Amino acid sequence: MNLGNLDSLNFFYPELILLGGILLVVISDISLKGLRVRINPLLTLAALLLALFYTLQTDHGSAMTLFEGMLALDNFALYFKVFLLVAGILVLLGSLHSEELASVHQGEFHALLLAVTLGMLLMANSAHLVMLYLSLELVSLTSYIMVGYLRSDRLSNEASMKYILFGAVSTGAMLYGFSLLYGMTGSLDLFAIRDALLAQEVVGFNQVTLVLVVVLTTAGFGFKTAAVPFHFWCPDVYTGAPTPVTAFLSVAPKAAGFAILVRFFLGGLSQPSGEQWAFISGIDWPLVLIAVSVMTMTLGNIAALTQNNLKRMLAYSSIAHAGYILMGAVLLTGTGLKAMLVYLFVYLFMNLGAFFVVTVIFNSEKTFELQDYNGMFRRSPFLAVAMSIFLLSLIGIPPFAGFLGKLYIFGAVIDQGLYWFALVGALNAAVAAFYYMRVMKHMILENDDRPPTPLRISTLNVALLVLLLVPNILLIVFWSPIDRWTANSITLFGGL
Amino acid sequence: MIELKYFLLISAFLFSLGVFGVLTRRNAVNVLMGVELILNSANLNLVAFSRYSSVGIDGQMFAVFVIVVAAAEVAVALAIVLTLYRVLNTVNLDRADVLKR
Repeated sequence: MNLGNLDSLNFFYPELILLGGILLVVISDISLKGLRVRINPLLTLAALLLALFYTLQTDHGSAMTLFEGMLALDNFALYFKVFLLVAGILVLLGSLHSEELASVHQGEFHALLLAVTLGMLLMANSAHLVMLYLSLELVSLTSYIMVGYLRSDRLSNEASMKYILFGAVSTGAMLYGFSLLYGMTGSLDLFAIRDALLAQEVVGFNQVTLVLVVVLTTAGFGFKTAAVPFHFWCPDVYTGAPTPVTAFLSVAPKAAGFAILVRFFLGGLSQPSGEQWAFISGIDWPLVLIAVSVMTMTLGNIAALTQNNLKRMLAYSSIAHAGYILMGAVLLTGTGLKAMLVYLFVYLFMNLGAFFVVTVIFNSEKTFELQDYNGMFRRSPFLAVAMSIFLLSLIGIPPFAGFLGKLYIFGAVIDQGLYWFALVGALNAAVAAFYYMRVMKHMILENDDRPPTPLRISTLNVALLVLLLVPNILLIVFWSPIDRWTANSITLFGGL
Repeated sequence: MIELKYFLLISAFLFSLGVFGVLTRRNAVNVLMGVELILNSANLNLVAFSRYSSVGIDGQMFAVFVIVVAAAEVAVALAIVLTLYRVLNTVNLDRADVLKR
């Protein structure tokens, strides 16, 4: 079903609310001098919660396109909208008591957070190359500014500079790929592109062009998801950015990147046939993506082994996790797609949790170095235990949620008979266990000579940590709603 | 009438020139100029394809959007270059190397 512009507005409330929220925050920031510090976070939180409420209210029935085919509203998009709004809320709460951000004026930060969330919602929805490009740029431009938010800090500036140069080049390459695809198919609408590709025989010169298109567009999506070989910006940017922003970047734009990757490759370059997707003949792009996935997790894990800066280590770890998530997407099955969604969902809580502990420790210790985490267990048992649970979850140790994600991913891979692929993943998980355990060893086993001074944590931060711990511990028991929800969410417009 | 292939050749040349500029220049502003070449090569492709086929003006519309977004991108990039200059007193990218260890 294609809806016109006016009819579409009924399904566009979450985005409209975020748009209103941005304007309100900007206005309150310039007009309310004394109150703005209190009011801005509340306004932002209200906008995000209201948007989440309306997203959950949206009819889950039939898939349709909005605004004359610009946006696709299907269960897949709804999953990502809920995911991204929850990520936005958690990061907002995590940024409130952060010493890094407290030093600079925070009004723009809240407006930017809303803008980047709006961009990501549109990204998850887009079904048209123009929309895809515009939403991707909206997310990119705002996140460049968020990374460089600490204006007087050398690291933050440098990170932002590297981010924008890498970002501009890879989106430029992606755009060139889009232009070639437009030339091949004569359309910018993803579903029309697929029909045009199916109608013609992709051989000879066309095949070369299609290979070029796949490589160039992978550059754009690979940049957003931080997949090898487009990951070079990731460790530097994650280290230099303010920690709440790093936490945000490692989860939300990455997830949105996976959403458009799936939408572009499965919605645009393959066709559904029964339970499986068949890719358009001419190029074996799933094999390209499998290679990318293997390289991504291996390189991420091996590089993380030697890092002594917690933020840098978690940056490489998030690269590795992008590899695991990609494992689900390249299988071209409903099971694989579902596994990817489950993994993303648990990744949200474990990764945000780990970064949030780093934020809290930085608040009082002003350090990201692993050596300074020595004896943390004696100083704050709660923090050390919380960090251990997040890290064990990231490894995928059974009682915690991370295990659920790994189980689904490896299960889906083995389902397809790709045993070597599953084996590479499992070996990687074993390597990853080493560097996560190393952090736990420093926090719990190693003590320094100084007498342990208790670490002060604000009540809000304790509450947020508990909020993040609960899904990590309980998801394994109450996994059936997640299972149902993700099974529902794999319906793509014009797809399975 | 000039054939389509000449436009495509020029745009491929511009794209390569842009990538070459990005890879070889050490001055941040020069790198940004390389990025502009990449974006404009895509624009040229889009407009040429749209002009030489009977599929409507989608491509030209896309190109207009790209031009606007490119302007916004350069505005943000130059602002970041400026703040980097305030901290480092240079826009040479080789000097921005604190994060690489």
